[in-house]
Order: sequence, then C-alpha cells, then structure tokens
Amino acid sequence: MIITEQKPLEEILEMLKPFKRIFIIGCGTCATTCQTGGEEQVKEMAEKLKREGKVITGTVVVESPCDARLLRRDTRKVKVEIRDAEAILCMACGAGVQTVVEHLEKITVPCLDTKFIGETERIGRFYERCRACGECILFETGGICPVTRCPKGMMNGPCGGMYNGKCEVGGYTRDCVWVLIYKRMKELGMLDIYKSLKPPRDYTKLGIQPREVVWV
Amino acid sequence: MSRPVFSELMAQIRAGKFVFTGELEPEKTIDLTETLEAARRLKGYVTACNVTDNPQAFAYISSLAASYIVQKETGVETIYQITCRDRNRIAITSDLLGAGALGIKNVLALTGDHTTLGDMPQAKPVFDLDSVQLIHMARMMVDEGVDVSGNEIKDPPKFHVGGGANPNADPLEPELIKFGKKVSAGAEFFQTQVVFDIETVKRFFDEIKGYNVPVLIGIFPLRSYGVAKYFDETVPGVKVPEELMKALAEAKRIPDKKRRRQRYNEINLEYFTNLLKEIKKTTPAAGCHLMSVGYEEIIPSLVEAVK
Repeated sequence: MIITEQKPLEEILEMLKPFKRIFIIGCGTCATTCQTGGEEQVKEMAEKLKREGKVITGTVVVESPCDARLLRRDTRKVKVEIRDAEAILCMACGAGVQTVVEHLEKITVPCLDTKFIGETERIGRFYERCRACGECILFETGGICPVTRCPKGMMNGPCGGMYNGKCEVGGYTRDCVWVLIYKRMKELGMLDIYKSLKPPRDYTKLGIQPREVVWV
Repeated sequence: MSRPVFSELMAQIRAGKFVFTGELEPEKTIDLTETLEAARRLKGYVTACNVTDNPQAFAYISSLAASYIVQKETGVETIYQITCRDRNRIAITSDLLGAGALGIKNVLALTGDHTTLGDMPQAKPVFDLDSVQLIHMARMMVDEGVDVSGNEIKDPPKFHVGGGANPNADPLEPELIKFGKKVSAGAEFFQTQVVFDIETVKRFFDEIKGYNVPVLIGIFPLRSYGVAKYFDETVPGVKVPEELMKALAEAKRIPDKKRRRQRYNEINLEYFTNLLKEIKKTTPAAGCHLMSVGYEEIIPSLVEAVK
C-alpha cells in the first residue's frame, strides 16, 4: 500500500490562500486505509476549511484516484461542483494528485505527503517494505528486502555499523536487516544462497525515469 | 598461486614479517602539516599508513590527495582508504585510476559510515556498491584490466586491495560469511576493527582459519582517560577493559601534567605491549594496525617493545 500522511493544516491553508471555492477529492483505497483521505477525513477537512472561511463546492471519495478510469467515473456526477471550484484539494498520494491534475484540468493542491510503499500493521504503524526498484531480489534474501530496509542498500551482508543485531543508523534502535535476513535464511536452510556473491545492482533495470510499463 | 607484489606492505607480509600499519586522519583543511608530522613520527615504525576517507561521514580533505601528499613528502607508504558512501561506481573507478597514476600501492575498500552520522547529515547517501562489490571491482581493474562493466582499461592500476573485518561483531556469523565473501571477491589483506582482548582475537582466527589471507588486528592506544571514555561510549560493540579504564582513571587524577602524561604512557605501553606480544606469539595475525591518531608518540616504544 502507498502510505501517506496529512500535511499540517497551515501548509494546506498557505497553498489554498489564493482560492476561496474548493472541491475536495478523497481516495477510497490507500488513503482510506491510512485514514488520511477517506470519507471521514474528507468530511473533517471540509469542516476545517469552512471554519477558515472557504466555500466547499463539493466532495467525493474516488475509489482509486490514481486510476484514470475510476477517477472519471466517480467525478462524473460532481462535474458541476468541480467546475464551480477554483481549486481541488486532493487527499491522495502523489500518483492520485497527478492523475487528478491530468484528467480534471484544475489547479490541484496536494493535501498529503506520500511516504512510501509499505506494510500496515495497524493504523499508525506503517513500515516501508518496497522501493519499487524494478528488479525484485526477495527470493535471494529470504523475503526481506535489503534495498528498502538497509540504509546503505548493502547486498552482501551487514556492514561494520551493525552492533548487537542493531543498525548504526537511528542510534542502534532498529534491527539490522541483514541480521534478520541471515536468521531467516538459516531457518529456511537457504544459507548457500545467502553466501553467494551478489554483483553490483544493475540500475538500467530501474528503467528510464519517469518509468513506464506499456504493453505492446 | 603467487600474485605480484606492488607494495612494501605486501612484500613484508609475504616475507612473513609481523607488520605494523598506522593511521592518519587528515581533517577539514588544506593544510596537511599535522598529518605529515604524524606520518614522520610513524616512519620507520610502521610499514604503511592508512589515510581515512571521510571517517564517520565527516567531510574532510580527499583521502586520495592526502595519501599522495603523504607518500611524496614523507616517503611513508600509504593505504588509501576508499568508501562507497560518497561515490558511485563511475567516480570510484575514476578515483582508483587516479590512485594508480599517483603511485598508491595499497587500497582499503570499505562501505563507509552512514551519512546521517556525519557533519553533513543532509547529504544524499550513495552506496552504489557495497564493500564486497568494491573489493571485487578494484581487483578486476588490477588483475583483468577491466572496469566493473567489463570495459577495457588501457593501462590498469597496480595496487593491493584490502578489506575491513570486525572480530567483535555480534552476531558474528554474518560477519564471518561476509569475510568469506570478501576473500572470494579478492581481498588480499584485512585490517580489523579495534580489539582490546586476546580472547576476541583468538576466537576470530579460530573462525577464519579456513582462509589463507593476512589479517592485521586493530589496536587503539588510549591517549587519556577522556579518549578512553569517549571511545567506550561512542564505539558500539567495543568495550575498553575495566582494569585498563580504572588505571587510566587513576592516572587522570595525577595533578602534574608531565607526570600524568608519563603515567598514561606507562599504562598504554604495559597493556598494549602485552596484547601485541600475545597476538604475535599465539595467533596467526600478519601484524597489527595501530590506530593512534593524535597519539603517535606511543608508537615507537610500543613497536620496539614487541620486536
């Protein structure tokens, strides 16, 4: 899931300063799970903005604002309210915001900061798990990603900054992911793969930025 | 299989001598007077001197520039330290070629402390390679005359490539596996993290006995109680032994500066002469790496005592 956090209200108000009439778009997928852009948060945001003297022309929670088809479908019934607004406040991740920009041709203000692709343990406990590096090596690392979870992206084991199974980054409070990988692969009887020399990563696999997947 | 010898360090290791290396840490300056002075004090007592590459991620003068100047001005052979933190493989290739051209004969390839620990924590951490990959890349350059992508190097550099190791690592197994990877990648020598007790050294050699590669054990003489305390508190996983700490604490209370200094030196000499002798006598260590930045005065008597 894409993990998001709501920006501070002052920052949102600063961006919305030139606009009086606002339409709010929420996200029915990731931002709903994160409780940063679901039905409830959209309602709360509308109230906050009204208190700040804004006029809310309407709101909608799009099933997935990052999906152009769903965005078009879910905004069809609020076309007038959107047209009536000077700006859209988008409570979705960066991909959602940009899909809105591309398809609704309206000044769009991001309400959230996009943090990472991660695991939700519960609300308020989100952990980064994938960097979308374009070349998944999880099989070689016991299903634990060092590209994402090692601050140095080590590929061949822990660095000298590992102490007592903890990582030097963050003051030895967090697990060294290479120790986790080692333990896991030992359990799985996969140490032969662990021991193999991993060559430097091939960054051409990342693709040319911005990345595209286009079936031909 | 006998590889060519490029450096005095490797020549002495091959000859079976118990070698000493020292450490120089040039800082945020273009004036290398202090570094050169330190190098001169070590000259004759150590075979080669490491020159650190932005240690603890503090942005200092280039270790390549400093390595070159030290060799040129003092004649002390250097071990040029290079880390993966600040350069991608293009920049590292370029620096290694530069090192070759500048007459650097030994390279110590390290991952590097993370940027967030340093004095420019806002910097982008690079880590395009890790230490194992860096060792392999450097060896490919020297041995096969190709860069990491297989492109031919017209005139390849000639230096020895070493790696780091940590006998104190906890858990130790992943560190040992990585040690093995570094050997496979082509590490020709190792210099270890600081060790204070002979048991840790012995245990480490026990674990790596399958590998036939020279290892220099890291030694850190403690100039004062303050240094010892700082070390104890900031270098995780390495504890200054209690009795040594106690002796230094007692010395600290000596009011007369000269006598205090003398006592500090005595304590260090006693403790580390014993440790070095033990290492030399009872382990297969190829030598010791003396990290005595700011405390070079102890080295001559220490080395003499072990001879």
